[in-house]
Formats: sequence, C-alpha cells, structure tokens
Amino acid sequence: MNCTDIKRLIHAYIDAELDIDTSVEIERHLRQCTACAQLIEQQNQWRLLIESNAVDLYQKAPAKLSKNVRSALREADRAGAKPFAISWRTGGVGIALVLSAIVIGNVAPLFGIVSNQDRLGNEVISSHVRSLMADHVFDVASSDEHTVKPWFNGKLDFSPPVHDFSAQGFTLVGGRLDYVSNRSVAAMVYRHEQHFINLFAWPASPANPANDTAGSNIENRSSQGYSVFNWTQAGMNYWVVSDLNRDKLQEFVRLLKTPAR
Amino acid sequence: MADKFKLKVFENIVMPHLDAAYNLARWLLHHHPDTEDVVQESFLRAFKFFDGFRGNDARVWLLAIVRNTCWTWLQKNGALQLTTPFDETTHSLEYTDENGNSWTSNPETLALQSASDKTLRAALEQLPVEFREVVILRELEGLSYKEIAKITGTPPGTVMSRLARGRGQLQHILVDANQRDEIG
Repeated sequence: MNCTDIKRLIHAYIDAELDIDTSVEIERHLRQCTACAQLIEQQNQWRLLIESNAVDLYQKAPAKLSKNVRSALREADRAGAKPFAISWRTGGVGIALVLSAIVIGNVAPLFGIVSNQDRLGNEVISSHVRSLMADHVFDVASSDEHTVKPWFNGKLDFSPPVHDFSAQGFTLVGGRLDYVSNRSVAAMVYRHEQHFINLFAWPASPANPANDTAGSNIENRSSQGYSVFNWTQAGMNYWVVSDLNRDKLQEFVRLLKTPAR
Repeated sequence: MADKFKLKVFENIVMPHLDAAYNLARWLLHHHPDTEDVVQESFLRAFKFFDGFRGNDARVWLLAIVRNTCWTWLQKNGALQLTTPFDETTHSLEYTDENGNSWTSNPETLALQSASDKTLRAALEQLPVEFREVVILRELEGLSYKEIAKITGTPPGTVMSRLARGRGQLQHILVDANQRDEIG
C-alpha cells in the first residue's frame, strides 16, 4: 500500500468503513510514513470537531409537529379504511365476549368433552384475538431480536427463542407477556403484509403433561378463520396463530422449525 | 381488522424516527417555512407505502422517503443547485487533490476547537445540497456509507467522494471564517 492508496481511503478509514485486512495494511503504512499519519490525524481532528458539536447541530422536531403528523396519519388511516370494518373501540368489549364464545364453542366437540389439545387451542386463539382487540399487541416493539429477546429476561422463567425473518417476509414486530394454560408464556408477534401472527412459546414440562402440546409432530387446525399450528421442539412448546392463510402460515412454521441458526 | 393495526405498528416502528426525519429535512431545506409540511407529507407517503416495508431498519427506509420528498420540493421550488458555488481551485491557502482531499491545517492549530456551533451551522449551510446531505447523515445521524447510499440512491463510492469533498469544503469555509475573525 502506498501513499496514493492511503489518500484515496482516508475518509473510509477514519469512518471505520474498511475491513480489518485493509485497516491493518493502512496502519502498517502509517507506522512508517509520518506524512500520511499526519494527514489522517488532521482529517480525524476535523471529523471530531463536527462530532463534538453534533448534539447542538442536531435539529429535533418541534412538539407540534409530532401532534400534527399523528393526526394526519389517523385521518389517512380513517380515509383508507374499508367500509365494512368493525370499529373495535366502540363496543369492543361486547364483541370480544361474543367472539370468544363462538371460538370456544366451535372448537369444543359437541358432547362437551374438551381434550387438552382443544383446550390449549382455544386458549391461544382467544389470547391472539384478545391481544388484537384490546390494542395490546406487544409490550416491546422492535424488529431487533437482540432487543426483544433480552426484554423477556426477568419477566419469564425461561428464555424464548426469538428470531426475525424479515428476509423471508415475516417481520418480527415485538413481544408480549401472556398467560396460557395457567402459566406465563412468551408471545412473539410477527407481521406478514397486513396479517399479524402470534407465536407462543413455553417450556415443555414432562412433570405436567396437561400443559404440553402434542409432540414433535406439527398439528394444525383452523377455527373461525384462524389457522393454528403447534408442536414441541427441543423442550419448548410452540403455538402459532394467525388469520393468515394456512399455506403461508405453514411456511412460517417451517422457518421456525429450522434447527440451524 | 388488519387495517386498523397498520397504524398502530407504524406508530411503534416509524414514529420514533420523527426527529431524524425533521433533522434531515431542516438541513436540506435550509429551515424553510415549508419544512414541517414536507416532513408531514413524507410521513403520509411512508404510511401509504408501509405495506411494502420488509426490512429491519425503519430509520433508513423512512429517511430515503424524506430525502426524496425534500429533493422533489427543492426541484419544484427552483432551489436545487447541483453545481457547486464554491470554487475550490482558487484557494491560495490550501489545495485540493484529485480525491477531493484538502490539506488544511489541523483545527487545533487554528484554535477552531472552540468554534461555536453557530459558526459550524453557517458553514454547513453553505455546502451544496448533495455534499451537505452526506455530511449530515454521516456526522449527525451516524449512518454507514451503505445506509447513506440507500437513502440517497447513490452508490457507496459516490457517498465517499461526496463526503470527502463536503468535509474539504467545510474546512475551507471554517478556515476562511477563522482568518477573517483574526484580522477583523
């Protein structure tokens, strides 16, 4: 590496944009070339001058802008809403009760005996629906698995697997604590286009098989337009619920089941 | 039902970057009275295109939309000067090489360490918009060349050369201002 190369790479170097190998080569040259070393130092000092003033130079949005943008968005949202959309806010509780009843009623067999699987299926569907109705989809909103996963620390007695699949069209949008089958569970919320997916996870407990799912075979069922998949893997129970069509949701399930990460 | 939650998700994921959006717009539009309107328009466009948002980085995605909206405004209002008004070659104090680097003195020796942010602000305002935006996105938002490339729709190599020239011009302007202060 010669001085001409260095001059070409000054800014990339001081901005830490170069790979390790190139940086090492540059540093080797700088140790032997005081002219280039001086150059780099000068440019770095100028960079630091701006950086040290960055806080004062940064222009934050005025308070009223936030308010105006929010109401403009709400207006746009209202204008874009489909004519037959039910307004969940007004009368939301009443509708929630009715819908829960329908969901539970349909999944349970006619003669009233509910298997464990059916019971769990009812619960996760209710939980999914309730989270959307009560506007309580997530407690932590982030697409970054390194933000969502640690959020569960201290709130759960296990560490749920959290992965983002934006590249495959399933974006992690957040996480939430939920309560299913008499225990705290992790709910990871994903979005595919306009559909929400709730992924529930909790540890399998051989001591309490009533809480466990069917086993490593993926079971799937649908109820009231919701597709549900469940399985057990590596000591963890998984339930996936969404109004997304079953084939697409199955794609998502396959991603989750992939062992290699 | 899904439509209702589009707004909720948008508010959670995109609204946190309102300051970044305003900062970029303010620097591109020289704090023109229309700045807030342009930002609002950017957010409405972002909301319209939100279904197409697949990535991880809402800030980069949003800033690309803000940048586009600002440049459209600049073009419409005849404020876009892509030729640099600042003639780098006639400066006698320093010279600029073929890479756009200028050999000015160290800011320490020029006692520019205490340069007020007002001085810096004035200097930044003088940069041509295509240099200014790269400097702002790099120094104030801390974005990588790759991210700036996505926002400006230019290759990373162009980002680097505009950054080099933008920094170079900034240094010229600040050295000039400093000398004038010392004399006058």
